[in-house]
Amino acid sequence: MGYRFTAAAFNQLLESLREKYRVYAPTLLKGKGKFSDTDLVGYAEISKIEDVVFNQKSYFSPKETFYPVTQRLFYFNENGFSESVVDEKGMIVFLRACDIQAVERLDKIMLENGPSADYYYERLRNKLKMIVMDCQESFDSCFCVSMGTNKTENYSASVRLENGVYLSDVKEDIEGLFAFHGETIEVSPKFVESNKQSVKVPENLVLESVAANPIWEEYGSRCIACGRCTVVCPSCSCYTMQDIFYDDNPKCGERRRVWASCQIDGFTDMAGGHSFRRNNGERMRFKVMHKIKDFKQRFGVHMCVGCGRCDNACPEYISLAHCIDRLGKEEAENRG
Amino acid sequence: MTINTKKVMKNAWRITKDRNLTCLRLRVPGGHLPVKLLPLIQEIAERFGNGEVHLTTRQGFEIPAIPFEHMKEINVLLVPFLEELEVNIGVLLEQPAQGYPAAGTRNVVACIGNKVCTNAVFDTTALAKDIEKIIYPNNPHVKIAVTGCPNDCVKVHMHDIGIIGQVEPLYDAQRCINCQACVKNCAKVSTGALSIVNYKVKRDASRCIGCGECVLKCPTGAWTRGGQYYRVVVMGRTGKKNPRLAAPFLEWAEREAVLRLCNNLYDYIDKHIDCSLPKEHVGYILDRTGYPVFREEMLKGVELGPKAKTANYLDFAGYTYDKKCLFD
Repeated sequence: MGYRFTAAAFNQLLESLREKYRVYAPTLLKGKGKFSDTDLVGYAEISKIEDVVFNQKSYFSPKETFYPVTQRLFYFNENGFSESVVDEKGMIVFLRACDIQAVERLDKIMLENGPSADYYYERLRNKLKMIVMDCQESFDSCFCVSMGTNKTENYSASVRLENGVYLSDVKEDIEGLFAFHGETIEVSPKFVESNKQSVKVPENLVLESVAANPIWEEYGSRCIACGRCTVVCPSCSCYTMQDIFYDDNPKCGERRRVWASCQIDGFTDMAGGHSFRRNNGERMRFKVMHKIKDFKQRFGVHMCVGCGRCDNACPEYISLAHCIDRLGKEEAENRG
Repeated sequence: MTINTKKVMKNAWRITKDRNLTCLRLRVPGGHLPVKLLPLIQEIAERFGNGEVHLTTRQGFEIPAIPFEHMKEINVLLVPFLEELEVNIGVLLEQPAQGYPAAGTRNVVACIGNKVCTNAVFDTTALAKDIEKIIYPNNPHVKIAVTGCPNDCVKVHMHDIGIIGQVEPLYDAQRCINCQACVKNCAKVSTGALSIVNYKVKRDASRCIGCGECVLKCPTGAWTRGGQYYRVVVMGRTGKKNPRLAAPFLEWAEREAVLRLCNNLYDYIDKHIDCSLPKEHVGYILDRTGYPVFREEMLKGVELGPKAKTANYLDFAGYTYDKKCLFD
């Protein structure tokens, strides 16, 4: 079912939705860019549709809204523990088709990759409803079409801004509010059919020959292991645990889960001081192989959704898309 | 030939080693020049000078080898230059067609600032222009410089007033992943103001100099930029007797306070200058009045803002060039 909204009508819709949901969307965070007097497009709670940034890609991915950077799991003292309480409200998140595909990747790791689902992920994930933002044109670093992630059917509603009005295709009306505030009209979401760049993912990579490839030495000399590529990635899911004992009363404390990155020192530290992949090039190889080979071997789809955020974020201008292409070319040459 | 050398020099023309030739000094406040003004410089150098231009240490131009008789004509040609770089930013020039009305107070220089540089914590050119508006035209020999971060690429420490950008870093512990990039970097390239406590970062405000390195290094946006502030260093100088680095006077001062301070400097000079000399450099005035008088008069009417701190004393690093002690 499709609906048309004026800005005022959409804002009334948001107001109604906000009674039971927190609504998150990419917004312009003034002055929050890395450099002085620069802004950043990032996720924040919104109350007005005008605050949603449609014409730029968000720097950070939407995953932080339902998979927080820091999540308190439980509190403990000498007698026992109590689980952290989650917000009663649900979550509605505005995101792109590729981002929704990335949520599906996260679901695979967090819900399907073991004997039981990740409880703390699931309790927030169950609250999530997704509103796909149409992509009317591709951004610079996008390569979703190559990854087959440019489209999705998995959304409650779609939204795009067209000639001053907001058009939504609604698959699952939330509390009937879209129908209540909108004007019925035929709408189908728009997704890009081509990107400015395309990559050909090599499908027959062999770890041993990939590991022997000298490109990792080159990348190792460029990469500074800052972890930005993983932090902005919508499908990276690694985390670590932190047990905190409160300063004033060390018998009480909390366990929290915090994002981790395979690119950053300490990720593979083991008891006895052993650790793997000390070299930055090796770390990058590990990440790239996970994104375009290992994940698919296990789950049938590539982990990388081609959003290109890692390309945008890398301070050393390392491009994952370019790296994938190089691997593909070398594979073709080796076979030829 | 008869010329009034004092008037000529005040008009930003030099007395040079060549008896018949002068040299024109052009100001570029903040060091940023619209290139549409370059053809004018070229025209003056080719028509009246020797076809060359000198790029000064103070981010201006000097057009050498111009016969004195052309000064009046060139002053008229300069109008677009003065309009664009002085009048348009708010400098009051009563008669732009007569050239520069003063030359003692030198061009306000600035590093490239956050128009380009990743380290700069603010727009240095914009502040330099605001300062120019307050201090020019003026005769006392004063040098002011503005730099975007504590790296001090523009060498504000060699100036009477040096302004160094500071940013208050804001920390969102929720976004921090304990990668420690900020902590390691602060210890290596800045002041070691950061440490890890319970997997999150603690900032020692008494050590933090507001360089913004933590924000630059943070991959998650846990560190972001808060307010823009300024460290003010004063009375640095080169010179024959006692070259020295400017000493910290204020930190975490607000923009308005900095501008007011520049204004007050002229009252201080006016009150204490030794008029028996052709010109006296303000640093030597400070040597005579002492810091308490300087501080009181510089801060007169200045709203420093809640974060600002004033130095208890001026900690100059320099040397007295006492040849007898040093070399005999």
